[in-house]
Amino acid sequence: MVLKKITYSLFFVCIFTLFTSCKEDTYNTSRVDAELVPIDRSIKEDSSITAFIAPYKASVDKEMDSVLAYAPTSISKNDTRYNTALGNMMADAVFEMANPVFKARAGYPFNAVILNHGGIRAPLNKGNVTTGSAYELMPFENEVVVVELSGFQMKELFQYLAKGKAHPISNLQVILNEDGSLKKGTIQGHEIIDNETYFVATSDYLQKGGDNMTFLSKPVSLLTLDYKIRNVLIDYFKKYDTIAPVRDDRFIKE
Amino acid sequence: MKRRHFIKQTAAAGSLIGLGGIAMSTTPSPSKKQITILHTNDVHSHIEPFAANDPKYANQGGVARRLTLINSIREENPNVLLLDAGDIFQGTPYFNFYGGELEFKLMSMLGYDAATIGNHDFDNGVGGLAKQMPHASFELLSANYDFTNTIMEGLTKPYRVFVKEGIRIGVFGIGIQLEGLVNKRQFKETKHLDPVELTDDMTRILKEEEACDLIICLSHLGYDYSNKNRISDLKLAASTKDIDLIIGGHTHTFLDKPTITQNKEGNIVLVNQVGWGGIQVGRVDFHLDPVKGNEHTSTFYNI
Repeated sequence: MVLKKITYSLFFVCIFTLFTSCKEDTYNTSRVDAELVPIDRSIKEDSSITAFIAPYKASVDKEMDSVLAYAPTSISKNDTRYNTALGNMMADAVFEMANPVFKARAGYPFNAVILNHGGIRAPLNKGNVTTGSAYELMPFENEVVVVELSGFQMKELFQYLAKGKAHPISNLQVILNEDGSLKKGTIQGHEIIDNETYFVATSDYLQKGGDNMTFLSKPVSLLTLDYKIRNVLIDYFKKYDTIAPVRDDRFIKE
Repeated sequence: MKRRHFIKQTAAAGSLIGLGGIAMSTTPSPSKKQITILHTNDVHSHIEPFAANDPKYANQGGVARRLTLINSIREENPNVLLLDAGDIFQGTPYFNFYGGELEFKLMSMLGYDAATIGNHDFDNGVGGLAKQMPHASFELLSANYDFTNTIMEGLTKPYRVFVKEGIRIGVFGIGIQLEGLVNKRQFKETKHLDPVELTDDMTRILKEEEACDLIICLSHLGYDYSNKNRISDLKLAASTKDIDLIIGGHTHTFLDKPTITQNKEGNIVLVNQVGWGGIQVGRVDFHLDPVKGNEHTSTFYNI
């Protein structure tokens, strides 16, 4: 008799909690498991995704493999000191291809080009030069900007170059003394005049302070060209059948 | 759904009577829930696996493999949320050629639920991002980019509440300062609002108004910086409350395991990030137990 009574009351307790918990519906986190799952060759590819990607891939591959020019020798940014054939090609390509774009807007051409050694991301290998080669040389989206620099800022530019790294330049000449100090810096064959200004094309990355080229950060004026450096290279490769730049005397030590 | 829930509960109550009071604590309740969060960040258009000659990540990653993994986890537990913390775009010619169309289409095919916006997602401008929105069947969440007067206006939401088997999961997005990272010509009139202030708004709404059981922040702020004044995921975690998990991006941080840290009230927040390029998927499983009223039980972190 007593036992029966207990059973009944337990039953009511259960029903009661059941209704309240149903109504409130709140949850507490009792346990958290976490892991980092590597995606590697042990995981089979989902065939529907592979099939979906295939036409895009075919189109990209075709474009990337399209031959634009020919390189008779392999060149890299580390071939020579102070200036390299590859760096010269890149800076000269910007000078040649971006200048008409600038001139169309500004009414006059820019005077020179400075890029950075670190921005050359791959060698240019002997053989066919493809769209893919341009992507390898310049995978980033950096674009050409033209800064107007004061004579003082130009002198800072030459002092920066005098540190000796083979940053690509065009229409600038830098000559170092035997002890490594700056002997001479000219732009299109002219010495720098203090109260003159000069127009120099560079990349938006460097203009914004990349590689500590601080002399580019506060230009007298600035014009962006909406012309990616990669596209400069693609257009340059399309223009010339053979890509065979040389090292020259634009940056040397006596 | 409600009715089935009720029947399950009744059946459990019935068996309790037979076994007596002791069984109450040992019988697993049928209403325990498991929510599985899967996440990526900074995939940067890496649709195919890295090339076999890649010096660092040879043969790793790939969207087709990612789906196989996700499907196998979904079979194990259907209560999956698939999330991404931004920088979906930029990094392979797929982006240069198709502007992000393929990335969004594939994420939709994989069944992504939501993503936030990274700085590189502005690489083709607000217009370039808006153009790809029709290809996204997932939500693009951002609480602290104000797109008023841009073409992106109305195309994002600050947060979204997902309900999985009765569990309410609030997810919101937080983006990084664009000035200095993205050209003004690309982000145009987009305003970046304070991440901490907006997170406070989000957690209040998700906790109090939306009654969420779990709160997840998709952040593109970056994991941690040597400049401690700079906002990061770790700093956001410590400056706010009620977040259970911050899924980060931007700094391409590879962690050995998710970081367990504390919020401003001393409660635990998990901060996770899976490097970049889609070579890892993060997995966090939340096991939830029903509770009565304001009862708080302890949480075991098996990490």
